[in-house]
Amino acid sequence: MIGAQTPLKVSIAATAASLVLLLVVFELIRSRRLRERYALLWILTGVVLVALSAWRGGLNTIAGWLGVRGYPPAVLFAVGLLFVILVLLHYSTVISRLSDQNVILAQRLALLELQLSEDRARDEASVRG
Amino acid sequence: MSAEKRIAIVPAYNEERNIVRVIGELRTFDPDLDIVVVSDGSADQTAENAEAAGVRVLRLPYNLGIGGAVQTGFKYAWEQGYDLAVRLDGDGQHVPSELPSVIGPVAAGEADIAVGSRFVAGDGYRPSASRRLGIRLLATVVSAIARQRVTDTTSGFQALNRRALELFAADYPHDYPEVEGMVMTIKHKLRLVEVPVQMREREHGRSSITAFRSVYYMAKVLTALFVGLFRRDVIPLEKT
Repeated sequence: MIGAQTPLKVSIAATAASLVLLLVVFELIRSRRLRERYALLWILTGVVLVALSAWRGGLNTIAGWLGVRGYPPAVLFAVGLLFVILVLLHYSTVISRLSDQNVILAQRLALLELQLSEDRARDEASVRG
Repeated sequence: MSAEKRIAIVPAYNEERNIVRVIGELRTFDPDLDIVVVSDGSADQTAENAEAAGVRVLRLPYNLGIGGAVQTGFKYAWEQGYDLAVRLDGDGQHVPSELPSVIGPVAAGEADIAVGSRFVAGDGYRPSASRRLGIRLLATVVSAIARQRVTDTTSGFQALNRRALELFAADYPHDYPEVEGMVMTIKHKLRLVEVPVQMREREHGRSSITAFRSVYYMAKVLTALFVGLFRRDVIPLEKT
């Protein structure tokens, strides 16, 4: 298998698909539906996918480095899975931060509401008094 | 002693039936004590009933869980300049007549935080065997971490002075606040004492911890404790 290449048609299709992914990510950032800081992992994923698709000997070469015998595309699955896990982990940190911020906001809201209603009550009392 | 500003923080989630009685008992017991009820996104009349009873109410817009609710009360007490806060639950299991025991050590300046324990005296409360095992396990773990013997790590009946309020207003664990809070207290070199108290069985509603979930609960608490030991502190340790 060493020296074998990804079939040309597969390579073209995969490259096209990866480029579409990159394009979609770029469009989402451009239209402000995806923040740059969250898009970084996606851009990285797209670039790696493009590289693996277009570099026709690449998959086999990397499989050779890693000692994967028999079925080089297994490397692709492994890399893909790794990125999915990374993106999910990243989401967990984002969600954690958002929920922490949510708690702070809810608490502040409750504190301010009480302050406001007490101020109002005092104002009304002073107007009447 | 009466020059000190004191407040009772009462977290309540859907406790429309218990809350009025708790407020009444607190008033009967200590008419000068300020009271703030934290309604943790209650869907029933908890906040309205408490307001009608004439106490201040902090209304959280949605349910934050006990840690987030209690911390709201701590923030209030800290910002309003209270010298001492006592926390007791809105479900009526903490008996206001035990207030002097809990407040005592903090008011006397002997402790920064005093926790009412059901087990120091060894009478009254008899939990089920599985729960007793869990309680003992947690107590052993926390005692080892704290290098100080504690018996009741899940008691929410606590009195705090301003040092403890400052810490908890800035950083309070959300998931298992009593257990993790105890460890935090000791990490920050605050003086913690346990005092024996009697508690009542809940009259309406059920405790948030059912026997069915206790194993899962234990696993989560122990994980939280373990991670908590290595967690970066929001407030530097040197400050306290």
